[in-house]
Amino acid sequence: MSTEKTAQMVIATDTAVSPVSVEVRCSGAWTVRGVGQLEPGMESMQWPAEGELVFNAAAISALDTAGAWLLHRTLRALEQRGKTVRIVGLQPEFSALLKLVAARAKATEYVAPASPGGLAKLGRLAWSRLRDFINMLAFVGETAIALMRLLAHPRRIRWRPILHNLQTAGFEALPITGLLSFLMGVVIAYQGADQLQRFGANIYVADMVGFTMLRELSPMLTAIIVAGRSGSAYAAQIGTMKVTEEIDALRTIGIAPNELLVLPKMLALMIALPLLTVYADVTGILGGMIMASSKLDVSYDVFIDRIGDAINLSSFLTGVVKAPVFAVIIAMVGCFQGFQVSGSADSVGRQTTLSVVHSIFLVIVTDAVFSLVFNWLKI
Amino acid sequence: MASLQNSRAQNLRTQDFSAVIDICELHTSYGAAVVHEDVSLTVRQGETFALVGGSGCGKSTLLRAIIMLLRPTSGSIKVFGQEVIGLDDEQALPLRRRWGVMFERGALFSSLTVAENVGMVLREHTQLSPRLIAEVVALKIALTGLPADAAAKYPSELSGGMRKRAALARAIALDPELLFLDEPTAGLDPFSASGIDELVQSLHEALGLTIMMVTHDLDSLWRVADRVGVLDGGRILGVGSMTELSQSDHPVIREYFYGPRGRAASEQTWKKK
Repeated sequence: MSTEKTAQMVIATDTAVSPVSVEVRCSGAWTVRGVGQLEPGMESMQWPAEGELVFNAAAISALDTAGAWLLHRTLRALEQRGKTVRIVGLQPEFSALLKLVAARAKATEYVAPASPGGLAKLGRLAWSRLRDFINMLAFVGETAIALMRLLAHPRRIRWRPILHNLQTAGFEALPITGLLSFLMGVVIAYQGADQLQRFGANIYVADMVGFTMLRELSPMLTAIIVAGRSGSAYAAQIGTMKVTEEIDALRTIGIAPNELLVLPKMLALMIALPLLTVYADVTGILGGMIMASSKLDVSYDVFIDRIGDAINLSSFLTGVVKAPVFAVIIAMVGCFQGFQVSGSADSVGRQTTLSVVHSIFLVIVTDAVFSLVFNWLKI
Repeated sequence: MASLQNSRAQNLRTQDFSAVIDICELHTSYGAAVVHEDVSLTVRQGETFALVGGSGCGKSTLLRAIIMLLRPTSGSIKVFGQEVIGLDDEQALPLRRRWGVMFERGALFSSLTVAENVGMVLREHTQLSPRLIAEVVALKIALTGLPADAAAKYPSELSGGMRKRAALARAIALDPELLFLDEPTAGLDPFSASGIDELVQSLHEALGLTIMMVTHDLDSLWRVADRVGVLDGGRILGVGSMTELSQSDHPVIREYFYGPRGRAASEQTWKKK
């Protein structure tokens, strides 16, 4: 018996069995690992133009379904070309396997549905976007209704998840928010230092750092950090709950998922984000102050005096007032994307990514709208 | 099964039942909790061996120890004559290619279609052309009795029974010599469960597989198992055919087979016979 590890198939040209038949010798291991090298050459095999083909399979040492399929496929292809083929010498257990494969061959003839054309794809894309938009509107509406219901019965407010979310989305975000905002203050002061020094206007570094941090950078920076930290976590949590049917379980128990999963997150974030913004204001100005003293020789007490004159309450409020709006955007987008998850682990990843991308995008767009409105109101 | 066809023919001549899995004095414990104390077990070539026992008796843990997903405290597990405890990934690979595992909940990759799930194994471990892989995948899917259009579906679109069949198609993708089934019929309706039983039986006969299964299903035991091992309290209480075990005097085994459900399952089988 052959001990070859790979499958072989040779058309015998030397000794024909008889003038009208040609022998094809098959040998070796016709297995999933053995046929890999044989298969590519089969297409280009020069089959004799005439005569019966006799496949001598006596030297096949092992056969599995992959090998049996290849043998079956080859025989059938030759038959379709009008050849007469015959197989001899196959061991009984192998021929049982070959029969089994042949019997199942019909079921394998599956034609994949034709892929749609460009116009159909465009239509489907437009329709899916439209549906996403409608779903989002429906989600916002449902959440608003749940919020109204909750405000009508304030006793049903779930304080425990709100406090838990305050801790995870707010308190635990303090170090990273503080550090990044501090660095942002340092960078602004550092960049401005050169320009201001040229005009001998060193003291205005306080105005520059104060205005940019309070009005624009801290609210936006904080919102972006929270969108990355917490918005993604909301999407992943709700998405996984959807996959494991926990959302359905909540519905059957008679708890609206929005009420338990969305509102506490949103309310907690509406409290946490303004507080984080104020904290980022402070650390940002601290960063600017340290930079001003080391690079521009503006001492701490001079800087603090100047900040008090330069920044008024409205600058502070225009920054902080944006934060609750950003909070609503982040919580809604994160939770909505979580509910959009369907079935697979892949889908959880996709929707989590989308939640971060969409919420950062919307935060920046909203910030621009705020700027326009404040400008129009001359604040 | 690749070389099995060959070696099996020889085995039948020289030695009737060689051991595919040989477990010797196995101990497993997590901290103070002892899962197995002194488990010894042999699974022979070409048989369907079923491991039974109450919930939490360590059946699945034993299965996971054999397929190298967890490491027992002491003892030896030999698969195809090779010690598996302490093998590194590189040494384990040739062994892993020789067996297929079907997990209790299917464990199909949710982001891939059924065809991709099955094809992935072939793409990873063979040098077959994409065309041949596609054909072999379709063949495996057909062998497990799934309709051809199931191939393009994602696991989340399949029913529980179909998901088990798809998981089985993936487990036999490489034509393994040894197949591990963890609760193949759990969570299925009786009709789907007997469908899976028949499928396992027919694959066993057609492909000459050695099967080791963990199950709770008494109907399955009567229908497909050649030999059954009863695991309780970390020990093997008895090993034998269902008929032999049903005559055992051991109280736990008697309780297992002669509880109300056990009796019903055995009566049904006898009626059929």
